Amino acid sequence: MTAVVGTPRLRKEDPKLLTGEGKYVDDIQVAGQLWMGMVRSPYAHARINSIDTSAAEAADGVAGVYTGPQLAEMGLWIAPLPCAWPVTDDMVNPEHYPTAMDEVHHVGEIVAVVLADSRYGAADAAELVDVDYEPLDAVASIAAARDGSATAHSAHETNKAYHWPLIPDPDALEAAFANATHTVTGEFVQQRLIPAAMEPRGVLAVPSPMGGDVTLYSSTQVPHILKVMIAATTGISEAKLRIVAPAVGGGFGAKLNVNPDEILAVTLANKLGRAVRWTETRSEAAFSTHQGRGQLQKIELAADADGKITGCRVHVDADMGAYMMLITPGVPLLGSFLYTGVYDVPAFGFTCDGYFTNLTPTDAYRGAGRPEASYAIERAMDLLALEVGVGPDEIRRRNYLGGGDHFTDMETASTLVFDSGHYSPNLDAALEMSDYAGLRAEQQRRRDAGDAKQLGIGLCTYVEICGLAPSRALAGLNYGAGGWEHAMVRFLPTGKVEVVSGSTPHGQGHETSWSMIVADKLGIDPDDVTVLHSDTAISPLGLDTYGSRSLSVGGVAISMACDKVIDKAKQIAAHQMEANPDDLDFAGGTFSVKGQPGAELPIQAIAFGAFTAHDLPDGMEPNLQEQVTFDPPNFAFPFGTHVAVTEVDTETGEVELIDYIAIDDCGNQINPLIVEGQVHGGIVQGVAQALYEGASYDDAGNCRNPSLMDYLVPSAMEMPNIKTGFTTTPSTSNPLGVKGVGEAGTIGSAAAVVNAICDALSPYGVTDLEMPATPQRVWNAINGGAS
Amino acid sequence: MIPAAFDYVEAESVDAAIAALTEHGDEAKLMAGGHSLIPLMKFRLATPGVIVDIGRMEGLNSIDDRGDHIAIGALTRHMSVETSELLGAEAPLLKHVASQVGDPSVRHRGTIGGSLAHGDPASDLPAAILALGATLVAKGPGGEREIAATDFFTGFLETALADDEMLTEIRVPKMAGAGWSYQKFNRRAQDWAIVGVAAVSNGSTSLSLVNMGPTPMRASAAEAAINGGGSIDDAAAAAADGASPPDDLNGDAAYRTHLASVLVRRALTEAQG
Ligand SMILES: Cc1cc2nc3c(=O)[nH]c(=O)nc-3n(C[C@H](O)[C@H](O)[C@H](O)COP(=O)(O)OP(=O)(O)OC[C@H]3O[C@@H](n4cnc5c(N)ncnc54)[C@H](O)[C@@H]3O)c2cc1C
Repeated sequence: MTAVVGTPRLRKEDPKLLTGEGKYVDDIQVAGQLWMGMVRSPYAHARINSIDTSAAEAADGVAGVYTGPQLAEMGLWIAPLPCAWPVTDDMVNPEHYPTAMDEVHHVGEIVAVVLADSRYGAADAAELVDVDYEPLDAVASIAAARDGSATAHSAHETNKAYHWPLIPDPDALEAAFANATHTVTGEFVQQRLIPAAMEPRGVLAVPSPMGGDVTLYSSTQVPHILKVMIAATTGISEAKLRIVAPAVGGGFGAKLNVNPDEILAVTLANKLGRAVRWTETRSEAAFSTHQGRGQLQKIELAADADGKITGCRVHVDADMGAYMMLITPGVPLLGSFLYTGVYDVPAFGFTCDGYFTNLTPTDAYRGAGRPEASYAIERAMDLLALEVGVGPDEIRRRNYLGGGDHFTDMETASTLVFDSGHYSPNLDAALEMSDYAGLRAEQQRRRDAGDAKQLGIGLCTYVEICGLAPSRALAGLNYGAGGWEHAMVRFLPTGKVEVVSGSTPHGQGHETSWSMIVADKLGIDPDDVTVLHSDTAISPLGLDTYGSRSLSVGGVAISMACDKVIDKAKQIAAHQMEANPDDLDFAGGTFSVKGQPGAELPIQAIAFGAFTAHDLPDGMEPNLQEQVTFDPPNFAFPFGTHVAVTEVDTETGEVELIDYIAIDDCGNQINPLIVEGQVHGGIVQGVAQALYEGASYDDAGNCRNPSLMDYLVPSAMEMPNIKTGFTTTPSTSNPLGVKGVGEAGTIGSAAAVVNAICDALSPYGVTDLEMPATPQRVWNAINGGAS
Repeated sequence: MIPAAFDYVEAESVDAAIAALTEHGDEAKLMAGGHSLIPLMKFRLATPGVIVDIGRMEGLNSIDDRGDHIAIGALTRHMSVETSELLGAEAPLLKHVASQVGDPSVRHRGTIGGSLAHGDPASDLPAAILALGATLVAKGPGGEREIAATDFFTGFLETALADDEMLTEIRVPKMAGAGWSYQKFNRRAQDWAIVGVAAVSNGSTSLSLVNMGPTPMRASAAEAAINGGGSIDDAAAAAADGASPPDDLNGDAAYRTHLASVLVRRALTEAQG
């Protein structure tokens, strides 16, 4: 067998998805099912005086209408919805139940649930529920939360949720700024983003006819975590819960939560003995699924006369939204360690204040904290370049960790140890592929000619942290779980292989990548490998997919399980061939005895032998299956250089992204085609933040753009042909040398694009632009107004 | 995203449609391509009691040469307008504007009659019809009447059509060889215009504006400037005179006023070039 790892292969999962054969939650139909219709608050903050459900109860096909207090009385839960990441001991964590009890805290919060025998009937009946609200002052922005004249929760006196500092050496930081030749300050807005996965969320809870077991089909990234959390929230034993994530049409972090609808579906199905379901409408999605970002950042850099950074100080005010969801408070912390980027920064300090607002909760969204960090440092590097008077490429080069040379296991000022890095060649490759010198010449030509369309070139040399996570490192951050991953690899009697994966794909192509790893390891055809996943009855152990962890934790576990399979097969082979195990070679799926031509045994024959168990070593269990739970010793730190080329129409403020070059380094690659796909998608999501997307709220906390007509998710039509290239710096954190690439594109692209726009407009004195850089904002900036 | 309950009637002829409208009064709504109406119903912004589906009716979907004008059936899909060779020769502005509507799936469903009858100031086709000086034909219980495009758009999402009238045909004067331009400024390929400008130069010049007020409108002041011997810059400066552009997330009124001026300049430069 020739090796497949490292070669581009079409994805196994695609024919089904592309021909409409993928089964999503909404495709699964169950006899006797009831639809939930959610009565949602139209107010961001209000007291509930009374709820009249009588008209809804009398409507055709309605099986029941339940308010929060009624559900609580029915004993459907034993704890509020979970927050697994209490970042400080004194963090404020308002109780959050699946339905509001007596006060609503964001538009779209569930106030009552209707159960009806059709989806339309549920929607109609929900409209008949009459809620008497007493509106309260809403906190609709971080600024309002800080100001504190209104509080988001009447039960709490302040909007402040926590204060989290990471200042390893305060004196050194102070001294760095006191002695600096140059200082720059950047203040940036990370606007809220609506994740807008192609498949909205949905749930279907099916009770078993006897025994009190419930199967929940959910459009989730985290079936394993969900099982534990539903058990902890409802008091139903894990043993009686089965969670299935069928085909999941994108998640981007928005499906790694424990949502009110999931708890409601499970508990109501369990109580009533009927299947209960709900599919989010697009309009609901803007309120009922958590959002991303939502931060105000201030970053200061201190540097010496050459522009060599001596200190970096960061403060973030983070918008939690109305409640702490599963990892809401931790998202800014995931970024905190990366504000020093790929640079050698001797002194560093980071503080974060979390605030409650009366807006939809925030939580992880592709990159989760790291795009924000990368944006801040990479925008600040451009400000520093202007201040020092050197090019953006040069300022980066002067500050690279390890001088831009190859390094391994390097400790940074933010206390992390970067596994490996080699930054200069990566930058060189990007400058060359983009024809950087040629672009600069064209830019000058347009400037000299006073062209209405000015050219801008933006660089971003990002680093990111993935492979969540060493469990002990998570413990240090107060995170409520570990970061291991589980895998099982078993030979079937016919010589085919079944892999059980704890990491749970929702579009990433695990089936393909895992098959490739296994095929090379065991010397078999990738098509002979079947990967099972996403069903806790089949794959009981796992910690799922997020934080670009699947390959560098779960894929590594698969590879290690293969090693154990080979070890066991070798024992059997040695026994059957009457050789010493140490004298056996294994290559191309066949064991052979050193120095004995012809003495060979294919691994499939051993698999069959393990099944018949006719001739196994004494005491050996008759099977050929092994499992591994891998807990990585360190994170992995992918990096890369992105170059955005923008054309800015100075008459209208319109920005066109005319070219995009990405040189990424994710260590060793399993399937370059999948890597490229991840890079492309990630880039578009970052470009979307830079140019198009942003949930906008009025002062009363109403979202002004909840539909896809007004919330501008870009399409392929808005994107240039992305050019990708790669350097390869293997990770030292795992035996495969892999890093992770699921979020890298998003982490690199927003800063590259905004840097490019600011670069185009530097003759106009523009040094910053708020995202999304809409034509109006750009035009205002050109004309000296507020951006 | 789930519409309220409604009754459904399929009309197989114009007369059947008018009869249904007469029977159900203002409870009823015609549905052609449904691509404006259905979104409104899904948001429950429109809750018609009766849908009269005219989308599958025979006839009313051809593009015919009638000597001095082209007659376009009200049920003609945007895609048919976009690919019409006849329109390409005689009214290329309209053919081009149709190609700028939404995305291909929208253009395969949406109809020219639906787009005009909807009267959305942000839509593209009304601007083309205004700049081309087209005539619209409506039929009601009392028979047929002609309405000049300039008289058709009466208010926000309101037209000169009575509740029991159906738009049947659009008559576009032939203008082979006339200069024209359509400037659509939007963010994403499938979006409505933030501001749009249509121009036709055929001896005199007509200009119309998209999304610059409650209705699709002619840029009368800019037309007067250019037709009165003024320069393109003069016309551009007057682009938004008399307009009342909206303020929204895509741009405030001042920005839209500026855009209208830039786009009028570009449109005139292209149409007169
Ligand atoms: C995603 C999307 C993007 C779009 N982008 C654009 C765009 O960029 N530019 C643009 O201009 N439009 C756009 N549209 C709107 C599209 O062009 C619609 O098709 C069009 O506006 C309405 O045509 P319709 O046949 O679908 O009308 P319908 O939705 O069926 O009807 C619209 C209204 O007109 C009435 N009506 C329909 N036909 C008649 C008739 N013959 N006589 C009297 N009344 C009638 C109906 O009662 C209803 O009130 C978009 C739509 C969508 C869904």
